[in-house]
Amino acid sequence: MSLLELNNVSKSFGGSCVLKDVNLSIAKGEFVAIVGFSGAGKTTLISLIAGLLKADSGTVTLNDKPVTGPGPDRGIVFQNYSLLPWLSVFENISLAVDQVFGDWDAAKRRAHVEHYIKMVNLTPARDKRPSELSGGMRQRVSVARALAMDPQILLLDEPLSALDALTRATLQDEISRIREETHKTVVLITNDPDEGIYLADRIIPLTAGPGATLGPSFTVDIPRPRDRKAINHDAHFKQLRRDVTTFLLDSKHDQKTTVTRKLVLPDIEPEDLTVIRSFGERRTAPKRSREIQEEKIEV
Amino acid sequence: MKSFKCDWLILPLLGALIVILGWHVLAGKKVVTKDAEGNVASEERKGAIPALPNVVETWESSKPYIVEPFAKRGELDQGILRFTWLSLVLVAKGYLIALVIGTPLGFMIGLSKFFTKMTDPIIQVLRPVSPLAWLPLGMVLFLDAGRNASELAALFTIAVCSMWPTVLNTAVGVRAIPQDYLNVAKVLKLSRFKTLTKVMIPATLPYMFTGFRLSLGIAWLVIVAAEMLTGRPGVGGFLWQQYNALIYEQIILCILTIGIVGFILDRLMSVVERRFKTA
Ligand SMILES: Nc1ncnc2c1ncn2[C@@H]1O[C@H](COP(=O)(O)OP(=O)(O)OP(=O)(O)O)[C@@H](O)[C@H]1O
Ligand SMILES: [Mg+2]
Repeated sequence: MSLLELNNVSKSFGGSCVLKDVNLSIAKGEFVAIVGFSGAGKTTLISLIAGLLKADSGTVTLNDKPVTGPGPDRGIVFQNYSLLPWLSVFENISLAVDQVFGDWDAAKRRAHVEHYIKMVNLTPARDKRPSELSGGMRQRVSVARALAMDPQILLLDEPLSALDALTRATLQDEISRIREETHKTVVLITNDPDEGIYLADRIIPLTAGPGATLGPSFTVDIPRPRDRKAINHDAHFKQLRRDVTTFLLDSKHDQKTTVTRKLVLPDIEPEDLTVIRSFGERRTAPKRSREIQEEKIEV
Repeated sequence: MKSFKCDWLILPLLGALIVILGWHVLAGKKVVTKDAEGNVASEERKGAIPALPNVVETWESSKPYIVEPFAKRGELDQGILRFTWLSLVLVAKGYLIALVIGTPLGFMIGLSKFFTKMTDPIIQVLRPVSPLAWLPLGMVLFLDAGRNASELAALFTIAVCSMWPTVLNTAVGVRAIPQDYLNVAKVLKLSRFKTLTKVMIPATLPYMFTGFRLSLGIAWLVIVAAEMLTGRPGVGGFLWQQYNALIYEQIILCILTIGIVGFILDRLMSVVERRFKTA
């Protein structure tokens, strides 16, 4: 039985179609990566799942119940962190915990927040404001906040694309570890096929927009724990990377060929200015290209 | 120009010195002519602007008000800081009224397009109206208040004139709340009240404080006009009274006091404002 299901979901903004007939089915406990070009509609897709946007047609269901709006059962890590800048790390997370677990007593909620701060290795920065944190640390706070709500599914919208390569690798390993610890169902949006393959059980390319849709899903049969260095020489990994990349590039190529443009050439022929005309001669209208049938010059 | 050591102190002093010198040169001077026996024959003022008191005269006659800043010799003869205090109290009351009305109004305008369209023309029309025009209306409104009428009218004028920056800045701040913050509130399913107190108000605070600072500036600007017209004791009332009594020296004292107090208030508010600039 699948936990999350999208059926023929389409979404357009003011006449321009962003997503078209998207179908997706994710089982409980699965880690799915969706990879696509920038501007293809990845954030739109995740917002539809989160309930922040409403699909124009088609259905989104979680546990067979239609998604009608946002809720803490779908923890989302936004592309731009979306931490509240006037709250400290602890306060940002406890805002979520206090809201979701309002019936717990204060000590339990506090311990819960501390637990997730520890999970993302931020205990030393617990009382800092987001502006005092590096990009990678902010992203961890955002992950901790989403996890602390104990959601059924974790939605990650390009969580690492704003980070430098080294931080990125570290955080990839951390996401992988946290996932092993919590056994959460995860949807990871990314623009890096390598990242998707390294982390996920299944990787699905999103074709280039407009009118993007999900391609075939590629199952990643690489045993865990995965070794970042060894994986680069893994034949299956290389094959997957080639397949996904080829699919994505082809989808972009298809888009290009469908663009047709009608060019209108000027309907006028150049005049020979070296021919001197006498004043008495009447000016003739310019020669039209379409009137020229054939011109033969006898030498 | 190259900056040198202490230029932050020396250059402003130099500027002030030039202005004071210019004032002194333009100002009038008392010239006493005496006859052969040494009796005063005539006294007259000479200079480019004969009626304008010069620096020395201004200092001499302002001295009692500065040296004993808290003295109270009569209702309209008090030390300059005592007058300032009276004015500040009045401004504080009017300003608080402006904030209490202006902030929620700004929030409503920022939140609802409907409300914006409804109030925008009214605000645009009322905003440029001078305090001198509001005060008589205030007098009429509180005609029945008896002894308190002039104070209420002054408060009304201060509140109405100084409210607009708070209203407009709050509205802009509410509209500028990033969608991301609101998305966080939505995902957490915060109630309307919690969204307001935990997300929207903190996100708007920096804008609100910019509005508060501008409003305070206007409130202080209005106080003089309000005191002049109502004849209440205070810096502005004192200024007007001395002018009517043909004692011109204290006009400059009052102008300087008003300016310095306004400057200090603005500095204080911008310190507070900066504390709320988050992100
Ligand atoms: N609220 C909106 N109103 C109008 N158009 C929108 C809106 N949100 C997204 N779009 C359009 O939809 C398209 C897809 O946007 P989206 O943000 O989903 O892309 P993305 O794949 O997340 O890109 P990126 O990798 O840059 O984050 C873009 O062309 C964008 O202009
Ligand atoms: Mg995006």
